[in-house]
Amino acid sequence: MPTTAVDDRAQEIVDEFAFFPDWMSRYQYLIEMGDEIPLIDEAYKTDEYRIHGCQSKVWIRTDYDESQNVLTFKGDSNAKITKGLAALIIRVLDKQPPAVVENATFDFLDEIGMREHLSSQRNNGLAAMIEQMKTRASRYS
Amino acid sequence: MPTTASKTRTFDVEQVRRDFPALHQDVYDDTPLVYLDNAATSQKPQVVIDRLSTYYEQENSNVHRGVHRLSQNATDAYEDAREAIRDYINAPTDEQVIFTRGTTESINLVANTFGKRLKAGDEVVITEMEHHANIVPWQMLRNDIGIELRVVPISDEGVLNLDALRNALTEKTKLVSVVHISNALGTINPVKEIVDLAHERDIPVLVDGAQSVPHGPVDVQDIGADFFCFSGHKMCGPTGIGVLYGRHDMLTSLPPYHGGGDMIDEVSFEKTTYADLPHKLEAGTPNIADAIGLASAARYISDLDTDGMTRHEHDLLDYATEQVSMIPGLSIVGTAPEKASVVSMAFDDLHPYDVGTILDRLGVAVRTGHHCTQPLMKRLGLPGTLRASFAFYNTRDDVDALAEALDTAATMLR
Repeated sequence: MPTTAVDDRAQEIVDEFAFFPDWMSRYQYLIEMGDEIPLIDEAYKTDEYRIHGCQSKVWIRTDYDESQNVLTFKGDSNAKITKGLAALIIRVLDKQPPAVVENATFDFLDEIGMREHLSSQRNNGLAAMIEQMKTRASRYS
Repeated sequence: MPTTASKTRTFDVEQVRRDFPALHQDVYDDTPLVYLDNAATSQKPQVVIDRLSTYYEQENSNVHRGVHRLSQNATDAYEDAREAIRDYINAPTDEQVIFTRGTTESINLVANTFGKRLKAGDEVVITEMEHHANIVPWQMLRNDIGIELRVVPISDEGVLNLDALRNALTEKTKLVSVVHISNALGTINPVKEIVDLAHERDIPVLVDGAQSVPHGPVDVQDIGADFFCFSGHKMCGPTGIGVLYGRHDMLTSLPPYHGGGDMIDEVSFEKTTYADLPHKLEAGTPNIADAIGLASAARYISDLDTDGMTRHEHDLLDYATEQVSMIPGLSIVGTAPEKASVVSMAFDDLHPYDVGTILDRLGVAVRTGHHCTQPLMKRLGLPGTLRASFAFYNTRDDVDALAEALDTAATMLR
């Protein structure tokens, strides 16, 4: 099966995380990734863009570029680990067509051990984030 | 055979720890667990676990209606459990011990029986430090009946303003419902004084003892509360079992809460008459096994050297307060002079979720978040706190592990 851009990006992340020998350095890397997230404008940190279901606050904004048929994402969180997780998801889905976003899978989160390290509540928050991004994508596909 | 700390009357934490199998495990393969989430739920001693097994292995049967041997044994064990709880809280009679699913159900029971008799404009007084279980049932009554909720403020240190409480009591006040020990701040409220203040005006008081009973037996007669409730799982007992204690005349006057088996005297399609206390308020098959398990937990705690246990918990609180106070950027939330062994903390620059996640990976189990006290967190202007709550089986080594993990987490996150 041919790989897609989403698969390639996910694999890139898996490879990067494999460099780090222990959980501490992996977390450290995740936190650093959070610093590189395309930031949402303060004005959009409203309920409308808030992902509910997370213990910390997370906002994700989706924009659709019709000429290129791609979605762009911006986000932020008041917790660094959550922000890192948002950065991971955005890195994989950014500038992809709505249909691709809608059908994306996130097995790479298991491969890098992130799901294992998150409590079920936090995993639910992560799932809510992904779900909301897909729902928004479905409006354009 | 598990060791039983109760055999010795001198409190020896190392011996006590041997009674709790869950404390001796690693998390994430090779990291020893340091369990500091006791305000959420405590670990269970082997005697409680064994008691549950024995019930299911040898006594499992329904109570009150069976004529056969097993049913009689189960009934005896269940009613003995009521007696053990009566003893633990020094209730005057067994009938005043109503088994519920826990603190939340106990408060809902009062709200849905005593509360349902209130009328629009009547007032219920609570405090700013209540957890959701002592807020939402009253709000539901507000929506249903139109009662008013008066909220007594606390200081920035987490101390209840008794003058404000006194001023909140009027002829419209029908109930004061107050937490004994705050789960989020550790504040010990002067419940006897609160009861006296309310009783001067003939106002009944409900005391939420969810966080007080884990620290040793409580005397409901000494407190003088009209209702007192708690959960089993926070005091080394099973989950899904708790108690509502009530003044006898108060409980007698309540209408039934749930309708069904065991709470009836006689049923016809025309009319039903109800059983006497305590069964009137315990419809359906009760949580027999866990009530028996809870009694076992109450006996276990009662058999400890409770003075020694209290001194040990105080030492843990003082030591933890001292150790975490040295961590830069970290402050303790809730510094009331009268505190239980709960240390709620907030970093000025770090989210509690981030810190809690790193602590977890280091084996240190704490709570992060609003602790089901969202209005309190709003009052304090915090998204939540990191809460380390100590039980009598924790040690100074656990405090050291916490302080070290907090340092590591802060270094990683900054």
